Amino acid sequence: MAATTLRPPASRALRAKHRRSALRTLGFLSPWLIGFTVFFAYPLVSTVYFSFMEYDGFAPPVWVGLKNWSYVFNDYAFFWPALRNTLWLVAVMVALRVLFGLGVGLLITKIKTGAGVFRTLFYLPYLAPPVAATMSFVFLLNPGTGPVNTILESVGLPAPGWFTDPAWSKPSLTILALWCIGDLMVIFMAALLDVPKEQYEAAELDGARAWQRFRYVTFPNISPIVLFAVVTGVIATMQYYTEPLVAAKVASGVIGGSGQQFEPGYPDRTTLTVPQTIYNLGFQRFDTGAACVVALVLFALAMAFTAILMRRRSGFMSAED
Amino acid sequence: MPRNRRTKGAALAATAATAAISLLATACTGSAESGATDDPNAKTTLTFWHGWSAPGEVAAIEANIDSFEKKHPNIKVKVVKGITDDKLNQALRAGGSNAPDVVSSFTTDNVGRFCSTDALADLKPFLEKSKIDPARTFLPQMAKYTEHEGKRCAVPLLGDAYGLYYNKKAFAEAGITAPPKTLSEFDKVAEKLTKSKGDSYRQLGFMPNFQGYETTFEHYASQFGVRYFDAEGRSALAGDPAAKALFTWQKNLADRLGGYKKLEKFRTGLGDEWGPKHPFHTGQVAMQLDGEWRGKMAQDADLDFEIGAAPFPVPDDRAADYGKGYLSGTILGIAGVSRKQNAAWELVKYLSTDTDAVVSFANAIHNVPSTIAALKSPKLNNDPLYRTFVDIAQHPKSSHAPSSVNGGAFLLTAQDLGVRYEAGREKDLDAGLKETDAQVDKDNEQAR
Repeated sequence: MAATTLRPPASRALRAKHRRSALRTLGFLSPWLIGFTVFFAYPLVSTVYFSFMEYDGFAPPVWVGLKNWSYVFNDYAFFWPALRNTLWLVAVMVALRVLFGLGVGLLITKIKTGAGVFRTLFYLPYLAPPVAATMSFVFLLNPGTGPVNTILESVGLPAPGWFTDPAWSKPSLTILALWCIGDLMVIFMAALLDVPKEQYEAAELDGARAWQRFRYVTFPNISPIVLFAVVTGVIATMQYYTEPLVAAKVASGVIGGSGQQFEPGYPDRTTLTVPQTIYNLGFQRFDTGAACVVALVLFALAMAFTAILMRRRSGFMSAED
Repeated sequence: MPRNRRTKGAALAATAATAAISLLATACTGSAESGATDDPNAKTTLTFWHGWSAPGEVAAIEANIDSFEKKHPNIKVKVVKGITDDKLNQALRAGGSNAPDVVSSFTTDNVGRFCSTDALADLKPFLEKSKIDPARTFLPQMAKYTEHEGKRCAVPLLGDAYGLYYNKKAFAEAGITAPPKTLSEFDKVAEKLTKSKGDSYRQLGFMPNFQGYETTFEHYASQFGVRYFDAEGRSALAGDPAAKALFTWQKNLADRLGGYKKLEKFRTGLGDEWGPKHPFHTGQVAMQLDGEWRGKMAQDADLDFEIGAAPFPVPDDRAADYGKGYLSGTILGIAGVSRKQNAAWELVKYLSTDTDAVVSFANAIHNVPSTIAALKSPKLNNDPLYRTFVDIAQHPKSSHAPSSVNGGAFLLTAQDLGVRYEAGREKDLDAGLKETDAQVDKDNEQAR
């Protein structure tokens, strides 16, 4: 005969207490839960759903299986150039922004007089609206009449085509991103000023030189901030939209609203980024299904990059971090 | 470690925002309903979106709206100016109380997309009810570019004709007595008018580059008689000698005038197309492919030289077609999501077919009228410069590119090849044309 374990019945009062406790917990969690559901879970599930649908925003969605996925990966002319450009910007722009931001932060923390002036000078560009900043850069780097090329030519240096030259368009965007380094500079300065002075004094007593002090004292102390800058930089660059679009439009000379259509990515699709293709498909071609495919690819890439960076963080963060 | 899990969760949320944001705008959509049931005699307010933004243009359209309201006292019109196609596309899908009932767009190329998606309502029942035959009311070419595969979802609201403007002073200095009629004559004139200055130009005869404001593939194509699609609707550029001739001529001219690089560097330093510092106004460029509006803009800019206008030259083997040009214009339609389509039709009908309304608006903004009656009106502007474009508009061989289910995407794909070819980045034109055809077909297949 099988033995049965008899549990004493839980009292009604105890069950009610558990229920109240659960409801209280849910009540406190509800603002986040509502936000998570409305702004993350529902859109994500919908994106997956629409990626298998033919949907132009007018007629009801129609199931088309993998047609949108096949179109994006095999037939949509903008997808691979946009992905290559985005990955290029993630690799080069993020690395240079972190290095430059750290370099500027280091320099300003070392300056004895006028640090405030330099801090302001380097931070101000970050406050410029992206559209205005981009238009200014296109003007400054205009190959025909821009002051930068005028100076370069006057000293006998080669003057690039900048935003109008496929080989220089992404480096031009990178220069613009370096100009707006104020946010990273402030974060790095805060981290650098937080490094304990005693550690530098001890290192100096041991005969450490400048590079060794940076390598063995500064960097281990600021590595969590470096990781933060890299992760947020990668995510922001994956969503890079305004600057390349404005630069391409202004440099190409095509003015919207005149009846002329503008193909993003001028010159030669070198400034195309993945978010621009989402906009092109979803809002210009009325192809919501294919736009959702690209959005999911971007999501997966951002997740993968973040996961890799998080996994590797143990390699350059101390135990207490 | 709990901290790690929290960090991962935060990273997940941050990265997922990408997908969330990209979809949010598509989460709320309207749906078009067929069949209008509203009473056009009931008191109502219509919302009309248009793209004009210059003060004179806005005043002209508002004067027309005032006349309409006087004739239809039960209908008030709320006018929203300066609307771009991107805004229009989203509003037509979203619907809602602030969505437009009547819309206009400068991008004639989008008619195919508007019609095939029901973004704009089918106007056939309205036209039949009002006993208006588009073929007898509008210029044939304009009637053609406002429908797609037999479905009429738009009507023309004035048109644009493209021709050649030339600087008479520069012509006289170079000893040129008449505007060129064939492209071989045109090339010689352009070269003759070009004066270099270092690695730039003191005066350029003509800016042939595809990014040179109005020198687009589509605008050249009408002169060459390019056949875009075959009978089955497949892209037919590779098999069309006219398309190859266009790209070859354009690149040869660019090379003769100094080469793509030199021209492109010069182009990037030129003034805004819609401002007073337009290179044709400043004398930097002696000939310009442009629409009829340029004449008025040049007058307003108070130039210190006289300008002339003529049809844009044609290829030598098509000399008999001289006089034709590229046509486009503003299109007018009723939003598919509108609940006031009968009242909206009254406004559309008035703006697009009332002869006085069409003529006064054409005169005010220096556009070409789109109705046959307005073109014959004695009240129409008599300025010879303007009349050149009125004649181009009425030439039987003037044309617009065909409508496509994917809007104007096929034109951008073709122009993309043109930019690569003129820059020397595409060496094999035949292969490029085949690739362009394949790409256009893939995009159209996806859009169907």
